[in-house]
Amino acid sequence: MLDVHGVSCVFGGLVALDDVSFTARAGEITGVIGPNGAGKTTLFNIITGIYTRTAGRVALEDRDISGLPPERLARLGLVRTFQNIELFGQMTVLENVMVGLHTRSRSGFLACACKLPHHLAEERRIREQALKLLEFVGIQDLAGTVAANLSFGKGRMLEIARALAVQPRIMLMDEPAAGLNSRETWQLGELIRRIRDTGITVVLVEHDMELVMDICDTIVVLNLGRKLAEGTPRQIQENPEVIAAYLGDG
Amino acid sequence: MRRELLKFGLFALIVMAVPAMIKGGYLLNVLVFVGINTMLAVALNLLLGFAGQISLGQAAFYGLGAYISGVLTVTYGWNPWLALAAAAAAVGMLAFVIGFPILKLKGHYLAMATLGFGIIIYIVFNEFVDVTGGPSGFSGVPGMSVGTLYFDSDLKSYYLIWGMALLVMLLAVNLAQSRIGRALRAIHDSEVAAQVLGVNARLLKVQIFTCSAVISSIAGSLYAHTVTFISPSTFGFHFSVELVTMVIIGGLGSIYGSCLGAALLTLLPEFLRTFQDYDIVVYGLLLIVMTMFMPGGLVQGGAVLWRVLRRLRLGGAGQDA
Repeated sequence: MLDVHGVSCVFGGLVALDDVSFTARAGEITGVIGPNGAGKTTLFNIITGIYTRTAGRVALEDRDISGLPPERLARLGLVRTFQNIELFGQMTVLENVMVGLHTRSRSGFLACACKLPHHLAEERRIREQALKLLEFVGIQDLAGTVAANLSFGKGRMLEIARALAVQPRIMLMDEPAAGLNSRETWQLGELIRRIRDTGITVVLVEHDMELVMDICDTIVVLNLGRKLAEGTPRQIQENPEVIAAYLGDG
Repeated sequence: MRRELLKFGLFALIVMAVPAMIKGGYLLNVLVFVGINTMLAVALNLLLGFAGQISLGQAAFYGLGAYISGVLTVTYGWNPWLALAAAAAAVGMLAFVIGFPILKLKGHYLAMATLGFGIIIYIVFNEFVDVTGGPSGFSGVPGMSVGTLYFDSDLKSYYLIWGMALLVMLLAVNLAQSRIGRALRAIHDSEVAAQVLGVNARLLKVQIFTCSAVISSIAGSLYAHTVTFISPSTFGFHFSVELVTMVIIGGLGSIYGSCLGAALLTLLPEFLRTFQDYDIVVYGLLLIVMTMFMPGGLVQGGAVLWRVLRRLRLGGAGQDA
């Protein structure tokens, strides 16, 4: 599904990523873990077109997507969430999700400004779809709330609903459990499983080991910008190099 | 959506009834300018209030509309409506072309770039004496007409200008509620998140910048054909700042607020005659006070005030609000 091949990234003299390769298989949940500064977020920013890579290539279902801007990637079915949820704070919860449906609607300036009939029909469709997505993540009762007033946990759910609105084939999540309490983390794990069960491939960067070990099918371990290991949760847990890196005597 | 339409209909009715309620030609004349400034403020609000992109060069688009209309009708004998359309098309193309490099900039840098553009255009108006008449201005611009109806009195101009201003407001209100309005507000709050969701932020910013320039140009053409005399001083930096003040006072993102802001800042100088050149100080103070105490603008601030007052009254009657 997603092939990352030999990706390197150098900032000035600092090597943030050094020849990293891995594959996220379709219909699976792939976790990317590693100690602080391992390059996890940098890797995500390169895949999603926010940073530019120094070398290597990224392919989505055999199509080279390296260096494409985020808005092109969204149209190809790749979407991401952020570590510090990037909500549209002044808009309502429902409107946030409706922005996610931007690529699924096409009324132009003229149709919007003149309220042409096909535009109104499209608006109704967008609104219904957005409500369904809020229901899917379980915050439909907050549809009219201004997003800035949400708790962090609910904000995370909204960000996921908004990303799902793009109708992605693959979803990258940057530390989705960060800032969540244990109950919210458990709900998040269930939600991510349900997302996978709808056929969406999930890749997540995460610090919460319990969550990662629980839900991931495959885990990739990064350390100091290099790939240390790749395998099932069990293989990773038993890998001596991984243990060494985490205990700090590596 | 129904309610929004009702609100607009009521507003339009009031605007149309105003001439019957006031006496004296002078105030009517000032209200014509309120209409023109409303168009300009709404245009800037689309850019500043929705997309969150500042422009300190709006007066340049306004001036270009006025000058292109003036030159085409006087020097080349075009029909005023045709000149208005040609000016709008030319200004739109210019804005689209300069929009791509300029709107890559953010915040202060964007303010500086648009400011620079405004100054360049201002210098062009002054220095191309053969075409524009230079600092002494350009006169004899013909008035607008439809068939045998000539917009030659303040009353007729009032209905022409306000007809256009209401149209601009209605289109802006509709746009704000649509997918494009949502995408613009999304860019305002988090550009990177909007892009990740598939919004082409760069193109959309240029498009709304172009939209804003075209409306400003149309306002400029209407100004030229209404006043019949234009000179560079109307289209300087000072006026660009005044437009920003109108938008902020009325409220960022509020279309009716822009109309209120335009009305206040157009009518205020008439009452502030005693301050003479110090009016800029009053604008400055207004901006400071507004951003400190009513960052949401007058329309939103007024609504908050009303709710507080109502709660106080209910509290006084012994009820829990």
